[in-house]
Amino acid sequence: MSHTDSAETVRTAGAGAERWAPRRGATGRLLAAELRLVLGRRRNQVFVAGLGLVPVLLGVMLYLTRDDPSASEGSPLLLAQATQNGVFLVVASLFMCLPFLLPLTVALACGDAVAGEASAGTLRYLLVLPVGRTKVLVTKAVAALVFVEVAVAVVAVMGLVAGAVLFGLHDVVLLSGTTVPLAEGMARVLGVVVYVGVSLTGLVVVGLFVSTLTEVPVAAMVATVVVSVVSTILDSLPALSAIHPYLLTHYWYGFGEFLRLEVGWGVISSGLALQVAWIVVFGTLAWARFTSADISS
Amino acid sequence: MSDLAVRTRGLTKRFSSGQVAVDQIDLQVPRGAVYGFLGPNGSGKTTTLRMLLGLVQPTSGEVELLGQAMPQAAAQVLGPVGALVEGPAFWPHLTGRGNLVRLDACDPSADPATRATRADAALARVGLLAAATKKYRQYSLGMKQRLALAATLLRPRELMVLDEPTNGLDPQGTREVRTLVRELAEEGTTVLVSSHLLAEIDQVCTHLGVMSTGRLVLQGTRADLAGGRPRQLEVTTAPAHVDQARQVLADLGLGDVHDDGATRLCATLEGVATAAVTQALVTAGVGVEGLHVREPSLEELFVELTGEGFDVAH
Ligand SMILES: Nc1ncnc2c1ncn2[C@@H]1O[C@H](COP(=O)(O)OP(=O)(O)OP(=O)(O)O)[C@@H](O)[C@H]1O
Ligand SMILES: [Mg+2]
Repeated sequence: MSHTDSAETVRTAGAGAERWAPRRGATGRLLAAELRLVLGRRRNQVFVAGLGLVPVLLGVMLYLTRDDPSASEGSPLLLAQATQNGVFLVVASLFMCLPFLLPLTVALACGDAVAGEASAGTLRYLLVLPVGRTKVLVTKAVAALVFVEVAVAVVAVMGLVAGAVLFGLHDVVLLSGTTVPLAEGMARVLGVVVYVGVSLTGLVVVGLFVSTLTEVPVAAMVATVVVSVVSTILDSLPALSAIHPYLLTHYWYGFGEFLRLEVGWGVISSGLALQVAWIVVFGTLAWARFTSADISS
Repeated sequence: MSDLAVRTRGLTKRFSSGQVAVDQIDLQVPRGAVYGFLGPNGSGKTTTLRMLLGLVQPTSGEVELLGQAMPQAAAQVLGPVGALVEGPAFWPHLTGRGNLVRLDACDPSADPATRATRADAALARVGLLAAATKKYRQYSLGMKQRLALAATLLRPRELMVLDEPTNGLDPQGTREVRTLVRELAEEGTTVLVSSHLLAEIDQVCTHLGVMSTGRLVLQGTRADLAGGRPRQLEVTTAPAHVDQARQVLADLGLGDVHDDGATRLCATLEGVATAAVTQALVTAGVGVEGLHVREPSLEELFVELTGEGFDVAH
């Protein structure tokens, strides 16, 4: 190789290094692309739309049976309250979705996140762009979480709209029997919605971890739903009361604390702390797994 | 700066199943080369390429890509590397162009301002512009393969890693890929292209490496590998003259003289000039109806090294 040749090589290599350095805003663009994929996917849109129908159906059912005392017999107080005040339809709808439909939403997002990309083979092309593995994982987690929160918000908004139309919005009677103005009642219900949204983050991270273990998205989805169902079952067995405070779903229904005269911050902060613990443990596991796994799909 | 675009030392992959898919290979791809990476199904080509790209963690050994250690330097080194590994993979609900745009949006060093132009240029280069707005799920096998090639062409690269790029392509498409590889090489891009069919890439390669059951059994410049092979002579004559012709060829010192049971004789030239052979045959009174010299075939070498037939390596 002649002298001029090597000078040329060095020069192009120098220019190249700059050309291949990450540009400003790369992370934002990655996240935007990911969100467009998750939220733009037809199946996901149909699912969220279906979820939005739950408050409507629930409201209509309550409306039709509101004068029939035998229908409300043994049903939770929340449902009875919803017929008195549309604001409570938001809470009632979340209550109905929490055992299965919202975990299913989490499962849907998480199954696609890593396992879905692995099975489609698109993961390898993302990694060789290159997007670092940690960044892929974090982006996936954020996109999945956004999808779940959108679903929660849709249930809440649809609950409010259906409740307002069917039962009207009135001053809120708290669990203790005290009445507070509508504005304060709405703020408390907003607290419920946010709490439910935050309560699902632990499951999102667990689902993401499961998603890094397999290349079969459906397997990851089923496993994620099973985790939440098993946790709920264990939580209901008195013999296991020693482990109850550590179960992922133990404080999920603590949102009722927002509807007491004195908001039960103790329960709420325990619930949040528990979610943080699950996020840290399973986030670490997911990271350790994903950054070392062979991508052989 | 290293003059090797790809270099591995003792690269080995043992899968958790216990199978050794790649066994102690020392791959050397010089910058500017078109390196044909050959081997039958299951010989470990894709696994090797995955290790080069940091997708699969080697069990032992080292990888250097464009002078830097992989997978540690993945973030710095993979930008200028275009890769097609084990076939195309895209989102079925997006169009061909939509897929390229999404991929480019995820590329940390790509310029958003030129994205649309670059996507269209890449599509045009693989002859896919007319189908750009079709959903990927409606693409034919060959169109999918072309889209995967287009994705590697979104930006000018220093190194292209193409794993079986002609898979699923019709003869026309195969020719186009060869032309593409040639163009890339002219632009100064190093190309590492794998195939299980020598004939598909033989003509464009400057270097060859041959894998067989996880081992790199041969590596070198195409000229060196071909140079070591004798040229083949074929003589067609009248049935009555076959024996005499065989005698003449043997006397001249040609090797491996044999007939095909009819009127054709084959032999290796062993450095004897073709003119001398013609002269000798005529002098001996052999009626020559045809005389043909075949250039050495790498195909035969390939088959010798890797075995023939349909059994995959296990
Ligand atoms: N993830 C994996 N786990 C276990 N074994 C694997 C895995 N991936 C590949 N193998 C095995 O490693 C060997 C080499 O596979 P590889 O895909 O590298 O072959 P190849 O040369 O690319 O073949 P082909 O020409 O068919 O693409 C095969 O025997 C295969 O079964
Ligand atoms: Mg292969």
